[in-house]
Amino acid sequence: MKPPPFDYHAPVSVDEALEALAEAGPHGKVLAGGQSLIPLLNMRLVAPSQLVDINRVGELDTLTADAGGVRVGALARHATVERSAEAAAVQPLLRQALALVAHPVIRNRGTVVGSLVHADPSAEMPAALALLGGSVRLARLGGEREVAAADFFIGPMESAIEPGELAVSAFFPALPPRSGTAFREVARRHGDYAVAGMAALVTLDEDLRIVSARVACVSVGPGPVVVDVSDACGRRPAASVPWDAVTAAVRDRIDPDEDIHATAEYRRHLTGVLAERALKDAARNAVTEAAHE
Amino acid sequence: MSDATTRYAITLVVNGVVREAEVPARRLLSDCLRHDLGLTGTHVGCEHGVCGACTVLLDGEPVRSCLTFAVTVDGHEITTVEGLARDGEPSPVQRAFTECHGLQCGFCTPGFLCTATAFLRENPTPTDEEVLEAVSGNLCRCTGYQNIVKAVHRAAEIQAELPTEPQPGLLQAENGSGDSGERGNTA
Repeated sequence: MKPPPFDYHAPVSVDEALEALAEAGPHGKVLAGGQSLIPLLNMRLVAPSQLVDINRVGELDTLTADAGGVRVGALARHATVERSAEAAAVQPLLRQALALVAHPVIRNRGTVVGSLVHADPSAEMPAALALLGGSVRLARLGGEREVAAADFFIGPMESAIEPGELAVSAFFPALPPRSGTAFREVARRHGDYAVAGMAALVTLDEDLRIVSARVACVSVGPGPVVVDVSDACGRRPAASVPWDAVTAAVRDRIDPDEDIHATAEYRRHLTGVLAERALKDAARNAVTEAAHE
Repeated sequence: MSDATTRYAITLVVNGVVREAEVPARRLLSDCLRHDLGLTGTHVGCEHGVCGACTVLLDGEPVRSCLTFAVTVDGHEITTVEGLARDGEPSPVQRAFTECHGLQCGFCTPGFLCTATAFLRENPTPTDEEVLEAVSGNLCRCTGYQNIVKAVHRAAEIQAELPTEPQPGLLQAENGSGDSGERGNTA
């Protein structure tokens, strides 16, 4: 239960980090909060020969919220983003999702961008980014690219990041007008991996009828599974939505695996139940939001 | 820059005392505290972040020392269970755990004490639910948790009765020294 040896790099600027990563190529791995990477190292499930520790790169410790959305720097800890009133005001799903990420002590150290790059299919932050249509900014020596969430999550624990690249920030778009979000999940133990989870975003028209409804499912596919259920909901208030049809539409789109914690069929069932609950919560929050506008 | 056998000279402020060690990059903070600095109060249970026994305060915030490299926190301030008492007197949280029988074998206790100390500093009058959430990341195989939850509430009472005084692990936040700016954010 000790990490394997590695060459250690401790850059103090993004440029230095990119140089170290360029040199390391496919053998390089970035250490930010380490709350997923260090367990993997301790259990010797991974053994990168070059570790680039970005904890001294102060310019990555940023969090900015404006009318367009929230941009989270690579060193912003889960707890920092969770506590930020500005971030919650612009995009409430962030705080709702972060409250479900592991335990408070882990969130003191773990980073939002690290969670995204780790791309665990049972993680909350990838689902939040995918649901909102956010993006991740990847830097490399001499260049930068912004990758949309839809193209970023490639498979279980696999994101679009290439050797030599550093995820410098992630962008979560702002909550649209007359909209609400919610995050629900079921886990075997408090703070444990979700057996199934659901992020929801609902937008209403001026008469409080649903014009758009979307969910992102957790733990039931190779990555977050985004399902648009606007048509299944129909243009009507949440109280008269045919929920059986909506949950069926979500269940049909997922392909859960079986493991020691749950059968595929149970995960499918949970996904339907959680979709209904999360969408109802989101619709209720949207009504509150509309009342304040 | 370095290879896997390089040892790094690091300086940590542990329980208010400047301590130096020479460690390989892969040395976990938990092992650095126990092996290099001889502070065996920090216990190591699972070594993958699940059990919480190794929880220490890093610049006043509770973190898993088994999920932190010592070299990463070079120059920072650490408070371990050994640093919770003041002037030889147990801290309010330590007193409450004794009074309420919040421990049996004691293996998990250092982690609970550090977690609860930081939690009560942030939330001096917690509800039952907030206490449960706060200690949910620490495992105890003896007590069944009931007395631990009682102890956290009791610690809040004891703390409320005390004249306000600096809490352990808050040195940096109070005097603004060190490199706290690095941990700030622009939001």
